[in-house]
Amino acid sequence: MIQEPIIALEQVSKSFGHSGKAVRAAHDITFALHPGRTVALVGESGSGKTTCARLVMREYRPDSGRILFRGKDLNATGAVGLKEYRRAVQMIFQDPFASLNPAHTVDFIIRRPLALGQPDLKGGAVDETIADLLRRVELDPGAVTRKHPHELSGGQRQRINIARTLAMGAQVIVADEPTSMLDVSVRLGVLNLLNDMKRDLGVALLYITHDLATARYVAEDILVMYAGQIVEWGDVHRVLTNPQHPYTRLLLSAVPNPEIRFDNPDARLDPHAVEAIRREARHLQDRIVEVGPNHFTRRAA
Amino acid sequence: MTADPLLSVQNLTIDYIGAEADFRAVDDVSFDIAPGEVFGLAGESGCGKSTIAYAINRLHKPPALIRRGRILFEGQDVLDLDDRALREFRWSKVAMVFQSAMNSLNPVLRVEAQFHDLLKRHRGYSKEQSRERAAEMLRLVDIPPERLRDYPHQFSGGMRQRIVIAICMALDPKLVVMDEPTTALDVVVQREILQRIDELRRSRGFSVLFITHDLGLMVQFCDRIGIMLRGNLVEQGTSEQIYHRPQHEYTKQLWASFPSLHGHPVRLERASG
Repeated sequence: MIQEPIIALEQVSKSFGHSGKAVRAAHDITFALHPGRTVALVGESGSGKTTCARLVMREYRPDSGRILFRGKDLNATGAVGLKEYRRAVQMIFQDPFASLNPAHTVDFIIRRPLALGQPDLKGGAVDETIADLLRRVELDPGAVTRKHPHELSGGQRQRINIARTLAMGAQVIVADEPTSMLDVSVRLGVLNLLNDMKRDLGVALLYITHDLATARYVAEDILVMYAGQIVEWGDVHRVLTNPQHPYTRLLLSAVPNPEIRFDNPDARLDPHAVEAIRREARHLQDRIVEVGPNHFTRRAA
Repeated sequence: MTADPLLSVQNLTIDYIGAEADFRAVDDVSFDIAPGEVFGLAGESGCGKSTIAYAINRLHKPPALIRRGRILFEGQDVLDLDDRALREFRWSKVAMVFQSAMNSLNPVLRVEAQFHDLLKRHRGYSKEQSRERAAEMLRLVDIPPERLRDYPHQFSGGMRQRIVIAICMALDPKLVVMDEPTTALDVVVQREILQRIDELRRSRGFSVLFITHDLGLMVQFCDRIGIMLRGNLVEQGTSEQIYHRPQHEYTKQLWASFPSLHGHPVRLERASG
């Protein structure tokens, strides 16, 4: 019942710097994005999450491996035009204050991608579509179209960013920590909106975060990254309820949990044990172990 | 609880003066912090929690204006201190860790120089004495003292944050104010740092005013919690009460706006504050 993937990464690697000192930013990355499904990519800062996002966005070329768009290799000359790809694959950034042009009105911010995404629309139909898009992200068109970004709250701006990707006709959305700079009470609204887009429009989502609870809230599948490798992946509930990789377990045990106070010995993370897990997880883990249906982990070979 | 609080904020009211109308950022807020206690202030941005933290250190600047209220530290009103007394009060009585503390180190000074700055001014320490004290403080936060001669950029974000905490504790303050001290860090590093602070406050007996928006984390770390909404302290109680028996509607909404890692997944609706 799962449809063909829109985007598939096959054993993609990317490193930075020169041989000898090269940093392995992403190693042997394999995953797929399907219409109407969300993949959560979790890991600490520096683990390679954003490198993966940029590979999907075609901002980086892989050193090795293939990225397929509707089954076609992006690197094969002429297979997929950059314009077509940019139209289909859109990004929502972490900082809603920096990702909208402060000199433009909301109307203009939506109108421009709409002209590219749906060039056949003319006259009144354009205004109508802009209003529809704004209503879809639960904004009042009459109240916001003439405003500039500085007159809007962070949550409203992030909604504008979502409307902008929809105006473009995005089929894949890469959302890099879309709620981490928002107030707690508006985060849910944005997450619910992403869930609605996935369900109603069949958009494929790559949701990047370090918050496991929201990953569980929006995603069907999860990828846990550490030091450039995906160390555990699969069904989000299986991975989070039965974590196999030591790093996934460490991550889960550190999530704030009001049930266990710090004075409880069960809450204590042993700094030496934490360091040992980190050291171990930095090694190349080339052996893939199938834990169960749609649940895999990696081990050092 | 002990009879005499270390810090007693009483009827504190702070306005930001505007051209047309004033904005009341803090409205008649009162709370006490006992010696050795960790007190948490939770709420969303703009609710006034950071304004209170700044006022306790007398770091508030115009257009912020304290309209009313007292901030008693060991019985003395902080608002009455003259400049000289204020210099003595800051750092040695109350130290503050800011949200972006890891960026509050001076990038062109070695770590030991940043300790010496403080120790020379407040205690008249020589370089030797400062170095000794700095080494002792770094060990407390699990950083090898050999690294005293390093510059801030040579440390990770989590380590820089721990260095700032070590500097804060160098004068043995009685209260450490922490305004979202770990928000920029990932969860494992966050836990490591807060766990260390929890151990240190138990062994050294200082109090903490802890500010965050993460209620779950707050319950884990704090003894008592105050919930702020638009400048008002709408509820305060023990962590246990705030977690298991929240009274105010807003506290309940705040809890409901966090997706949980456990239990059956449900669609949540947002808090409407």
